[in-house]
Amino acid sequence: MKLANDPHLYTPITMRIIAKRDLCPDVRFFQMVPAGEFKQVKIDYKPGQFMMLSAFGAGEGPFSISSPPSRKGIIEFGIRKAGKVTEKLFTLRDGDTVGLRGPFGNGFPIEKMLGKDLIIVAGGLGVVPLRSLILYALDNRESFGRIIFIYGFKNVEEMLFNEVLLEMLDSDQIELYLTADKCEVKDDKYKGRICEGQVTGIFKDLKNIDPGRTVAAVCGPPVMYKFVVDKLLEFNIGKNNIFLSLERRMKCGVGKCGHCSIDYIYTCMEGPVFSYWDVIHMRDLI
Amino acid sequence: MRVYKISKQDEKKLFKVLEKFGEVWLPVKKGGKCTFSRIYSEDRLTFSQTEICNRPLLPLKKLLLPPEFNTLDFNAERYNRAEQNVPSRVVVGSHACDIHGVNILDKFYTTDFIDPFYRERRKKTIIIGTSCEPDEYCFCNKTNTNIIEEGYDLFFNDLGHYYLVWVGSSKGDDIIREGDDLFDENITDKIIGDFINWRKVNENFFTNDIDFYGVTDLMELKYNDNELWEYFGDKCLSCGQCTMVCPTCTCFNVIDDLEVNKNEGHRRRYWDSCMFKDYSMVAGGHNFRKTRAERLKLWYTHKLKAFIGQFGNPSCVGCGRCIVTCPVDINVYNVVSRLKGQEKELIRK
Ligand code: SF4
Ligand code: SF4
Ligand code: FES
Repeated sequence: MKLANDPHLYTPITMRIIAKRDLCPDVRFFQMVPAGEFKQVKIDYKPGQFMMLSAFGAGEGPFSISSPPSRKGIIEFGIRKAGKVTEKLFTLRDGDTVGLRGPFGNGFPIEKMLGKDLIIVAGGLGVVPLRSLILYALDNRESFGRIIFIYGFKNVEEMLFNEVLLEMLDSDQIELYLTADKCEVKDDKYKGRICEGQVTGIFKDLKNIDPGRTVAAVCGPPVMYKFVVDKLLEFNIGKNNIFLSLERRMKCGVGKCGHCSIDYIYTCMEGPVFSYWDVIHMRDLI
Repeated sequence: MRVYKISKQDEKKLFKVLEKFGEVWLPVKKGGKCTFSRIYSEDRLTFSQTEICNRPLLPLKKLLLPPEFNTLDFNAERYNRAEQNVPSRVVVGSHACDIHGVNILDKFYTTDFIDPFYRERRKKTIIIGTSCEPDEYCFCNKTNTNIIEEGYDLFFNDLGHYYLVWVGSSKGDDIIREGDDLFDENITDKIIGDFINWRKVNENFFTNDIDFYGVTDLMELKYNDNELWEYFGDKCLSCGQCTMVCPTCTCFNVIDDLEVNKNEGHRRRYWDSCMFKDYSMVAGGHNFRKTRAERLKLWYTHKLKAFIGQFGNPSCVGCGRCIVTCPVDINVYNVVSRLKGQEKELIRK
């Protein structure tokens, strides 16, 4: 964690949107770079960290970084339209600017993941921060063991990053499982490649999991965590090797506004990534 | 630490000295309420206990981070830090508990990330504490905040026709130097006797029988005692007054306001309350603390337990404000009482 005595702690820098596309009807992917006098600013971050994004006149909110730090220069977000700030963001065109502060939070403990097998579980929009981790691991493929990625979504229309993921299905670099609550596949390219059911249903298909050398990362809607953790515990994966990325309301990112507090900690400072061991010790984490 | 004596007859002269260091502020009664207000020499106020009202409704935090202010000015291309124009202030009349409150704020706002807005105002605020006469709601003797050793620049002990003045900082020493002829360094046995006597008398004022022993553990152990928390949750109005008056509540919200011309705007930061319904609600509508009982638990976790993890002390300084403020008598006294399995309650008059 960095210490900061910065008079501009709360002042965003200006970023320019260079590209965007819709990942599904209400989730848009934004790519942006530092603009104007901030052009030279280098934004260093870890997978799992978040930034505070400001939309002109609408306010500021926390967003997980979706790009991997291994691909420098461009910062990417996958943003669901829900509320004032995101509605404003959805009106922006290429070339428009936004404000950005951060990165904040702890991010995933890459140090603990090096040389290990990864089980990455995403539910819905949880794929956004996990994309950063997955791409980072693929960019540094030799530093990791198996990469198992389970991604669940409501229906095929809400599957994010579908092109890349379908490519990954054919790759021997990653063991990918896609599953939809309701799987009505119209498009041929998806036929037989997406299971029906919840992410927890996939675990029976995972073979030869070595709990001693496996680290898990999970992100999804609040209801998902408990069920996924139970499955991971069935594999005997250590409680301190299961990492959950949690969402909370955040108005500052620096441990001052209070909104993200849980028991005696601030999610923006000591999270948003917590081990399951933390979860057992802290009230109301999941 | 250096100690001086100043006669009450010299208060007018002292006032002139203080004015050289900044605007002078004092808690005085306004419209029936005790409030920190700017004081001018023609107001002819003294700093004695009888003039300064007890327990200003809003504690010192109101001057260190105002209820609302602009943090940024922006247009579509650029966000700029808003000019704060903070005046230098000499705030007289804070009691020991409130200065303990400021010490907690100092730690909170300067740990890990330093809040620039707090720091700017804090640096320009001189704190002159004054002794007090505890009333039935005060319990700083139980929270170990009735005696203050740091955090003030000067501290005035009212001993009848004079004050005993403790110097707590270099700035405090500057004031003494500036008013050199007003302060007497000769602390006689008589003065020491007066002070020791004052201590004894003062301790006898405390009548509040709140019992903090083991409360931190009880907060942990009774966290899932739904009956206890729902008893309070059912009464709570979610009005947030308890958070506004508590010297160690710091939560804020930020919102962007656009100017009429719509090309520029300001980001405004204002006091928020964890008692408000949407405090933990994220975009998309999921609310991590839907019920009043859950929100009360957060408040009391913060006051009675959480701060220990962070800073070594609970964050309640025993000022009694929640007791005199909550319209339905949810307060530290009554929560502690229930945590201890008792039903006695302290109801404000
Ligand atoms: S909890 Fe109540 S008594 Fe304690 S510091 Fe806050 S307002 Fe004062
Ligand atoms: S505890 Fe009392 S003061 Fe605080 S929000 Fe509830 S009713 Fe209002
Ligand atoms: S977001 Fe403000 S304290 Fe965590």
